[in-house]
Amino acid sequence: MARRQGCTVSKTYVHAPGFVAGDRPKIVTSRFEFADSYTLERYLATDGYKGLRAALSRPANEVHEDVKSATVLGRGGAGFPAGVKWGLTPQQVWPRYLVVNGDESEPGTYKDRLLMERDPHQLLEGCLIACYAAGLSQCFLYIRGEMAVAQERVAVALNEAYEAGYIGKNILGSKFSVDIILHWGAGAYVVGEETALIESLEGNRGMPRLKPPFFPAANGLYGQPTIVNNVETLANLPWLLNNGVAAYTAIGTKTSPGTRMVAVSGHVKRPGVYEIINGTTTFRDLIYGQEFCGGMRNDNALKAFVPGGGSAPWFTPDQLDLPFEASQVGPAGSMLGSGAVMVMDETTDIPAAALTLTHFYAHESCGKCTPCREGGTWLERILRRVVDGDGTDADLQQLLEVGAMICPGAFPHAANEELGLKAVPFPYKMTTICFVGPSAFAPVHSALTLFRSEFEARVKKRVTIPVTAVGASA
Amino acid sequence: MSRLNEMNTKSAREIIARYPRPKSALIPLLHLSQEQNGYITREAMQHLGELVGVTSAEVYGTATFYEMFKFEPVGKYLINICGTMSCALMGANELMHHAEKKLGVNAGGTTPDGMFTLAHAECQAACTEAPTLQVNYRYRLRVTPTDLDNLIDNLRGGKLKEEFPPHGVLSKVRQIIPTDRAVGAKDPEDVNESPAWLDGKAAL
Repeated sequence: MARRQGCTVSKTYVHAPGFVAGDRPKIVTSRFEFADSYTLERYLATDGYKGLRAALSRPANEVHEDVKSATVLGRGGAGFPAGVKWGLTPQQVWPRYLVVNGDESEPGTYKDRLLMERDPHQLLEGCLIACYAAGLSQCFLYIRGEMAVAQERVAVALNEAYEAGYIGKNILGSKFSVDIILHWGAGAYVVGEETALIESLEGNRGMPRLKPPFFPAANGLYGQPTIVNNVETLANLPWLLNNGVAAYTAIGTKTSPGTRMVAVSGHVKRPGVYEIINGTTTFRDLIYGQEFCGGMRNDNALKAFVPGGGSAPWFTPDQLDLPFEASQVGPAGSMLGSGAVMVMDETTDIPAAALTLTHFYAHESCGKCTPCREGGTWLERILRRVVDGDGTDADLQQLLEVGAMICPGAFPHAANEELGLKAVPFPYKMTTICFVGPSAFAPVHSALTLFRSEFEARVKKRVTIPVTAVGASA
Repeated sequence: MSRLNEMNTKSAREIIARYPRPKSALIPLLHLSQEQNGYITREAMQHLGELVGVTSAEVYGTATFYEMFKFEPVGKYLINICGTMSCALMGANELMHHAEKKLGVNAGGTTPDGMFTLAHAECQAACTEAPTLQVNYRYRLRVTPTDLDNLIDNLRGGKLKEEFPPHGVLSKVRQIIPTDRAVGAKDPEDVNESPAWLDGKAAL
């Protein structure tokens, strides 16, 4: 059949990241063990579209209430509860839209790609439930441009689901009708920011909008109320509707229920994307646990790790026992972000590692805000000079000063209790619209604070020439 | 010929009709154009502007923001080697040096036979399988220098055509919305009512 042509390109990865055998609860990765997990046949054979049926047999506001009381946290980075977000739309303004953020590109992060490649129907079902519950009349599924296979799998799934009557007009014969439109980007990290995503979806350069006033829930796509949700967030919904709120909140903690996907990369024995229990699993479990990474490569010592994607301030072995709980990781000075742990062992060249991240953010700056556009580039150039051995001790001070122009005040602010930010890992104080700017500084700041001696070892002492020595008149 | 051909123009009109406002279709249309020609030409941008109702300057403005759109021909195979943190920790720099030697071009360059363009890329979302690379946006994972040599030799020998379509082709499958199933897009100005299913009753 022509509509199945996409399946010919499928390849099962040798290392199969994303699936670990064992009886831990699996909410979003339950089908990953099947080689044909992405097909409609497999999906229907494993409770597929049952959550949608359960949702449609109840009034929309009850489904919304369920998502709210289950505290399904946003998995994109900020960790904002999805049910609350849906409720922020202004009354009686129509139409409202759903934009699915599949533009995953935070360094260290990949879970949305796996969810789209391995279980696209689960995502589509999640989109349908969200549209039903929040009264959203069209859905745009924005997939990162560089993910050709994910686009293919989702396209096939969409075509299958349309034909089978799960998407489109009068879904399952009900009065619920919604279109899901496959859209894809073309390579820009900043488009993962929700207002930039909307700009991009309107066909413009993907630059973030200043918020307030442009909180998408009130004023988003075409100026209409728009909900922007992450792929993993939506992928949780079919299971939630199928098994109920009590089953969902029974996993994890009260403030961080359910599971979340975490990619652990770098110097560990078994890097992989693991679905872990939210709130209770610690970084030690993840890095050293036999069911997860199984320890450091060659049993080397752990030097540092990035707990939540490239933007997050770094942690050292002292923080290994922190759980995946925003209210604890925040005050400790970092954030859980998008579920990405990058692990560095004792052999790591710290300044060079920080440079790869700062280069990333400087490169991905959209150029809208001066502190990020100029500051990010400055940070990268100065740091490169230091890494190459051409820097001076004044450069180290300069790095912190340039950073302070992007993020004024003590950095990071997550630990700053004066701001009342005890439970919220974000935001930094910043002079830019979005987090790309501060993200360029986060790795530099962490590396320089935690491992200053490594920087000092490669810089020369700056010799100051007294001004009077040059052309001083008699 | 770098305007969209007849078949692609038809696809373009279908794509445009899915959005409440035509300009939203611009990025998918630019991809369509790059799929046809291998890169984005001036005539193509002019044509896309006509199709979505904006000036070609606006098309150019949007297109130049995004890394994947190329404005001059690139090799048949674009090899993007990731260099962001996880890959760097696992030897991406060495891999890049090896690739530069093997292909005889520096990062950013194209081989004289027009087969390969080598580029440094940012995080490709496969961090646990570092170091990674993409050939025309399709992955090769945990790549060793030997793997890279074999890959390049195979591509040069005309193998792997099935796995790696020419530059510009992303998804080999297009979304098809059957006309009898489509709800259809409306300009938001024309919608003032709440959706039918929000009547306080179950939909089924």
